[in-house]
Amino acid sequence: METNKQKKVKVPLTIEQKIKRRNFISFGAFFALSGSAVAGWKWLLDAPDETAGITGNAKAPLRRALNKTELFFRNFFSNNHLVKTYPESRAAKNIRVNSLIGIEDDEDFDPTNWKLAIKLQNQKTLNISIEEIKALPKTEIIFDFKCVEGWDQIQHWGGVKLSDFLEHYKLNEQTKQRYMGLETPNGEYYVGLEMECVLHPQTLLAYEMNNQPISNDHGAPLRLIVPVKYGIKNLKRIGTMSFSYTRPRDYWAEQGYDYYSGL
Amino acid sequence: MKIIKEKHAFLMRWTHWVNFPVLTIMIWSGLFIYWANDAYGISIFGFTLIKFFPQWFYDYFHIPGRLAEGMAYHFLFMWFFFINGLLYLAYTIFSGAWRELIPKRNSFKEAWLVLLHDLHIRKTIPPQKKYNAAQRIAYTAIIVMGIGSVLTGLAIYKPVQFYWLCWLCGGYHFARILHFTLTIGYVLFFVIHIIQVILAGWNNFRSVISGFEVINTKTEIKPEPSPVEKTDEQDGNK
Repeated sequence: METNKQKKVKVPLTIEQKIKRRNFISFGAFFALSGSAVAGWKWLLDAPDETAGITGNAKAPLRRALNKTELFFRNFFSNNHLVKTYPESRAAKNIRVNSLIGIEDDEDFDPTNWKLAIKLQNQKTLNISIEEIKALPKTEIIFDFKCVEGWDQIQHWGGVKLSDFLEHYKLNEQTKQRYMGLETPNGEYYVGLEMECVLHPQTLLAYEMNNQPISNDHGAPLRLIVPVKYGIKNLKRIGTMSFSYTRPRDYWAEQGYDYYSGL
Repeated sequence: MKIIKEKHAFLMRWTHWVNFPVLTIMIWSGLFIYWANDAYGISIFGFTLIKFFPQWFYDYFHIPGRLAEGMAYHFLFMWFFFINGLLYLAYTIFSGAWRELIPKRNSFKEAWLVLLHDLHIRKTIPPQKKYNAAQRIAYTAIIVMGIGSVLTGLAIYKPVQFYWLCWLCGGYHFARILHFTLTIGYVLFFVIHIIQVILAGWNNFRSVISGFEVINTKTEIKPEPSPVEKTDEQDGNK
């Protein structure tokens, strides 16, 4: 028995045996790994949607990935990173209207009575008229507006720098919170923004486009222009502004889009 | 008499086969994103030759209306594409395998001869080692394209934070066109690659899974030198 065993060990493999053995091992591993890759892919395709809340309509693992990726890329965010600006001659004459969610079908809306409502602590609200806002120092920007759909357009906007506005109304305590929430007067469109992009020097509360008052379709009388975000965060016709430590509700994040959507 | 000739290192095979499904998913999810603003086509004198993409194509692959989903997949699998590519690059650089890969001074001239040979116009093929001249050009190009996809992708993903990269890629608009064009390039590469792999046969295909080729030698038992040959820069003259 013993000698037999030793003999077996000693016999060198023939070339044919070597080829067979290596083929067996490598193809075996190849098919095993391919199988687990297919199983992993199926797991992802069959993964349930996240529980609907502040974000919704994305598969749970994909939402986790979006949120982790956000944390990674926020490390690169800086207020010193400015969006490229252009000369006025490059600005589009007809600014594209892509969506009217939150401002169409709002029959109750009365522009003469409009006031921006800022929700403070203790149920207090600060109401500010458009004249008061227009009295603040004006900032203009001509930049390439980028839509999440993939189109972009060079547009000219004018208004008050959001950081100037917050400072003027002494909302410094509020800006220590992590998020700002903005909603249309009818509450049908709403966005949440991290404070760092709120305080970015190119973020405006805009009331002018191409040196004219903003048209209704573009969100008269006051809209957000936040060049460090996709268009979906650039809320038209701001009704209310609020501050919070957690993510405010966000229309497109509920529809499966990345909450951050930063550029 | 058969001998085993080592051909592809484990990491080369690993990254090759990881890249295949990952790149497929990137192209698939990329189509979901592109659909939302499908502005590209090829036209000559105002006459549209190709529109990317015709409706039947979108319908066949169930592309329409899946932008959010596409972005979610794209921004997850970009990590695998990037890390896998980095692994390949690191391996290729540190192992010295790049010497077998990058085109040599005479590769561009030789590639023509390879092409003529593959088209059955020329009978002989210039002597080669691991890769022939055309392969050197094609496989190096595909790596450069991969790097290009990562860079143009990052430029359109975070054009404000990586403004310098966006500028290097020719601006937001042009970076998006490049990103799209590279993808078309992968598809064309894939078609030719598959045809060549089929024509090259089983021994060649197996080497990308098990790492070796089997060579039939006419001579009888004769001690062969170590199967892993040292890279010889003069191989073209052998």
